[in-house]
Amino acid sequence: MATFGFPEMMFILRSAGWTLLLTALAFTIGGIMGGGLAVLRLSQSRILRNIAAGYILVIQSIPVLMVLFMSYYGLSLFGIDLPPFLAASASLAVYCSAYLAEIWRGSIQSVPFQQWEASSSLALTRAQQYRYVILPQAVRVSLPPTVGFLVQLVKNTSIVSVVGFVELSRAGTLVNNATFQPFKVFTVVAIIYFLICFPLSRLSRHLEKVMHAGRRH
Amino acid sequence: MKLVLNFTPVWAELELILDGIMLTIGLSAAAIVLGSALAVLLVGLKSLAPRWVGLLVDAYVELMRNTPFLIQLFMIFFGLPLLGLKMSGATAGLLAMTMNLGAYATEIIRAGVDATHKSQIEAGLSLALTRLQVFRYVVLNPAFAKVWPALSSQFVLMMLASSICSFISVSELSGAAAIIESRTFRSFETYIVVTLVYLALALALKSSLLLLGKRLFPNASGLERLDVKAGSV
Amino acid sequence: MPAVVIENVHKRFGDNEVLKGVSLSVEAGQVVAIIGRSGSGKSTLLRCINGLEMCQSGRIEVAGHVLDQDPKHLRELRKDVGIVFQSYNLFPHLTVGENIMLAPRLAKGLGTAEIRKLAVEVLAKVGLSEKFDAYPDNLSGGQQQRVAIARSLAMQPKVMLFDEVTSALDPELTGEVLVVMEDLAKAGMTMLLVTHEMNFAKNVADVTVFMHQGKIWEMGTSAELFAAPKTPELRNFLSAGVH
Ligand SMILES: Nc1ncnc2c1ncn2[C@@H]1O[C@H](COP(=O)(O)OP(=O)(O)OP(=O)(O)O)[C@@H](O)[C@H]1O
Ligand SMILES: [Mg+2]
Repeated sequence: MATFGFPEMMFILRSAGWTLLLTALAFTIGGIMGGGLAVLRLSQSRILRNIAAGYILVIQSIPVLMVLFMSYYGLSLFGIDLPPFLAASASLAVYCSAYLAEIWRGSIQSVPFQQWEASSSLALTRAQQYRYVILPQAVRVSLPPTVGFLVQLVKNTSIVSVVGFVELSRAGTLVNNATFQPFKVFTVVAIIYFLICFPLSRLSRHLEKVMHAGRRH
Repeated sequence: MKLVLNFTPVWAELELILDGIMLTIGLSAAAIVLGSALAVLLVGLKSLAPRWVGLLVDAYVELMRNTPFLIQLFMIFFGLPLLGLKMSGATAGLLAMTMNLGAYATEIIRAGVDATHKSQIEAGLSLALTRLQVFRYVVLNPAFAKVWPALSSQFVLMMLASSICSFISVSELSGAAAIIESRTFRSFETYIVVTLVYLALALALKSSLLLLGKRLFPNASGLERLDVKAGSV
Repeated sequence: MPAVVIENVHKRFGDNEVLKGVSLSVEAGQVVAIIGRSGSGKSTLLRCINGLEMCQSGRIEVAGHVLDQDPKHLRELRKDVGIVFQSYNLFPHLTVGENIMLAPRLAKGLGTAEIRKLAVEVLAKVGLSEKFDAYPDNLSGGQQQRVAIARSLAMQPKVMLFDEVTSALDPELTGEVLVVMEDLAKAGMTMLLVTHEMNFAKNVADVTVFMHQGKIWEMGTSAELFAAPKTPELRNFLSAGVH
């Protein structure tokens, strides 16, 4: 039986790197999707609004685990066979997109509607209104909850082993299976997660305070 | 490319699904009750006990909020037996859910408590209520009313997260799905069905909690609702 | 040809009919003041003119543009029709100069040098040349409102709409904004303004329109209207001082 030594530790640390990469890729793809969804959610077309709202409601009302399974098996049903890392990122991105869409929709709506009126009265197109007037103001509002959501994303990467990818949690399980030292192994794993998540949580809270205290530009 | 869906084999396992639903509901209901109780206890400790106890509560809350539920579950399920505490997967799941929900709910309820004005507490104390009575009647009740929407979302999130208990072979709904999948080889169909069940459960729980909130706090509309966010476990 | 033609305009919000057949025609270079009680539909009329609200029936033509739903037509119209709001609505994340230069660049596609020259010019017109690089939050209400006027002017509009632009201001600050508007009027700008400043209407507007219950109740040259109001409602309104 193996003990929990240096090679095991290195394996776990490397997997933590994968967790970070996974988070980054899922956030990037999910962010692009989420941004689009947020805009659809606020579109002038009722059909588009309802489609986006429905998507968001469904994703937020089912377990992340189901989002993973559904997108994984859904993709493979269409003959798309992604390598585990991409499959995991894509599935997490689906989850990510719904939550980011909702956060960003709220941020966009927090910009007073008079800003829409003023800018449309100046003959800007809707895209120009978003780009130059609304989004620059919305981004500030969205920063604290977006960073806060990153924490949730990091934590939710822990279950992507179901689509066959080895990240931090899966590495912990593998090492535990080999060493039978669950306390030691999972404490180390928990500490690593904590070291990633806690600073992000604090940053989110800090940003929120700055926003409340700060001026508007 | 096979795009033919066949649900027949999945329906044949209906009983497993029903059992899974019952276990998911049971685990969630128990965790909601126990987790809320734990949260009230922790909030009470923070409000009434010495400062160092409050700091311990803070540390607990931060630990739970900044580590994945899965790891918490593993610690309990694989770790506690080494201390001689043997337990079934379901018990371990319930314990993990309670501890996790307790932490999140503590944070939420405390935001409600913090929003109670000092003057009201002093008014209560001057009416010769004990500190515990003031906490119970003057502070806690309005706090719950104020944060009920956030608390409700947290309960729903916990119910959804109970699916993670399938990682330690608890055969709640997701666990049942894993068994059916392995028996029928109809993965996508299985997960479509189970996903729809979760969707129905979540929507039902959401609306029940909304109704319950109206029942429990009929005067809540007069209170300013706090903008506290629930967080994915 | 008149600069603004409004023909039999009706506007409802749900069951609430706010404009009940309004017709009005404004000549180029004319200044028209709209007065009336709160809720009489003054703002709604003004907002219908630049398409911020869509009327249910009737016809509106401004600066040669006939109002319709088409976003493209609406943008063409808005290039020629400026509006200034009671609450300024400057873009808080942009400096004064950026506020002013944004629309000429995006909507009209003017070149950088030209836009800058334009911005300096309109800012001088409202007496705020030194505030080019300031942020709106660091300006007084009166200054913000003058920037808002400058921002509209930078589009070189043919018609300007003002909706109670001094209502949020202290009396001293009101004066500085009114001076700017008076200069504009003298320079020949076609202006429609909703106002509670009766003296301003009397002295600066060529025509004053009294709105009551969603209709134009009475209108005439400002001199006549204020000297000899015909309807009891207007007399009442002017004497009660409930503006
Ligand atoms: N977007 C809207 N939705 C519903 N009702 C509206 C809307 N805008 C205005 N109204 C209603 O239309 C009526 C006229 O409003 P309007 O703002 O035109 O009045 P006003 O003459 O400008 O009054 P004030 O002097 O208070 O600004 C009011 O009864 C108002 O409640
Ligand atoms: Mg008005």
